[in-house]
Amino acid sequence: MITKKDIQHIAKLARINISEEEEEKFANDLLLILDYFNSLKEVDVSNVEPSFHSVEEFLEKKLELMREDKEKLSDEQLNEKLVSSALDRKEKYIKIKNVL
Amino acid sequence: MNDKNFTIESIRNGLLNKEFSATEITRYFLDNINKKDKDISAFITVTEKMALLQAEEIDNLIAQKKDIPVLAGVPLAIKDNILVKDIKNTCASKILENYTALYDATCVKKLKEAGVVILGKTNLDEFAMGASTENSAFFTTKNPYDLERVSGGSSGGSAAAVAADMCCVALGSDTGGSIRQPASFCGVVGLKPTYGAVSRYGLVAYASSLDQIGPITKTTKDAQIIFDIIKGKDEFDSTTVDMVSKINDLNFKISDLRIGVPKEYFIEGIDEEVDRIIKQAIKKCENEGAKIVEISLPHTKYALPTYYLIATSEASANLARYDGIRYGYSFKEAEDLLDVYLKSREKGFGSEVKRRIILGTYALSAGYYDAFYLKAQKVRTLLKRDFEKAFEKVDVIFTPVSPTPAFKIGEKINNPLSMYLSDIYTVSINLVGVPAVSVPVGFANHLPVGLQIIGKYFEENKILSIGSFFEE
Repeated sequence: MITKKDIQHIAKLARINISEEEEEKFANDLLLILDYFNSLKEVDVSNVEPSFHSVEEFLEKKLELMREDKEKLSDEQLNEKLVSSALDRKEKYIKIKNVL
Repeated sequence: MNDKNFTIESIRNGLLNKEFSATEITRYFLDNINKKDKDISAFITVTEKMALLQAEEIDNLIAQKKDIPVLAGVPLAIKDNILVKDIKNTCASKILENYTALYDATCVKKLKEAGVVILGKTNLDEFAMGASTENSAFFTTKNPYDLERVSGGSSGGSAAAVAADMCCVALGSDTGGSIRQPASFCGVVGLKPTYGAVSRYGLVAYASSLDQIGPITKTTKDAQIIFDIIKGKDEFDSTTVDMVSKINDLNFKISDLRIGVPKEYFIEGIDEEVDRIIKQAIKKCENEGAKIVEISLPHTKYALPTYYLIATSEASANLARYDGIRYGYSFKEAEDLLDVYLKSREKGFGSEVKRRIILGTYALSAGYYDAFYLKAQKVRTLLKRDFEKAFEKVDVIFTPVSPTPAFKIGEKINNPLSMYLSDIYTVSINLVGVPAVSVPVGFANHLPVGLQIIGKYFEENKILSIGSFFEE
């Protein structure tokens, strides 16, 4: 059972403000969808390992995934553009609103 | 310039034989966009200036009698969740409405080096979440075969643009069917490569363990050419694999093939015409001498819940980056930091995106992680075993792409579960990671129907080559 209170709690965890209208709609939708998901309960997965990645066996040596450990020169122009995408800044830093 | 069916090859020949210039062919497609996109709404951004500059460069090379690269002057459309430097990248979301990409995705960089002309960025369901483009924050892309129907999704803009000849080829992304289903609905070819075959660097992440970029084209040959250019290992995506040298999948004849047909895929709920057309396509291969084998993929009915649990969980983590701070939409009247997050995300995200983030957050939250997320990852292992077992007996698997042809705009938008069901034949493939292509094989009344050809890991060449059999 999903209550509107549950939805508010999850929405807060997800950092999304939702309206009362959405609260009711999402509670109904989730109820339906989760009921459908419950069919997974009947699957026996004892002794089955999870697959977090679909083609793991092809990534032969894990070490090959690592890049060489050396300094990379940063692109100052790109850095400047990245920082200036933010709403507010101070020099090379992104400025945010008060936390408290 | 009367030939309406330009392919990569015909453009190349036309340029080399001086039948037209790159600028002329680019203008032909830009004119088509001008004329047709009022009705179809495939493009979010048309990059006319960039396209004409790229075309001019090719024309200069030709004038100087220099070699031209393999995709010289080929007009390309790109789904608006794949970054093109200095061009807006909206993901069809209000939260990125004014966001301009600062770098090229790896596949875009490769295609630019190969000489393409970029015509613009195409519509999608917001953040690629949907099966109809109706979740786009801006507009719905109509099906070129019937303007009252959807183009499919989420890569509906790319598929419609190719089908309506508003570009020669296009890029899409596929997380649970988002290349194959719109390709099927619009009567074009759409390839979802093996997970890890194409770099995801510069693709806006939805569900990272499922997302793949792939081509949407008029012919399997064009899909092969684009795939050959964009595939390969990339230092910016550690999940990419270089398998080119290891797989030899082109030594076969249709008559030697063992084609698996999973009994679980021809079930109640499949449209009668779709059922008939797919069976006819299978028969065509049988008549050619292929052996048709009924197979079982016993965990098929669990694929959809497994997919939606994994995809929404990954999405809830991936979309945490839209915080109203670093880029994208920000609610300016917020009182404090928490308020910036809450209100920027409230106003920036559309309904389906919120629904999926909330679903994923729920599946990952304390007390539910084991029952939902972890359970789904284990069922995913069982789905992989189903396919591994099937591929011991057969070389490829044939299924429908979608249980129905293109549905009417508005038909499913208020019922998320029925919208999710239109992915029923495509999601397993992303969970397992194998490649699959949708090729047009017929019409249900006036609406195109695609056949899904599923291959073993990294056997894209084989499934595309089998697909070409239906073009003869």
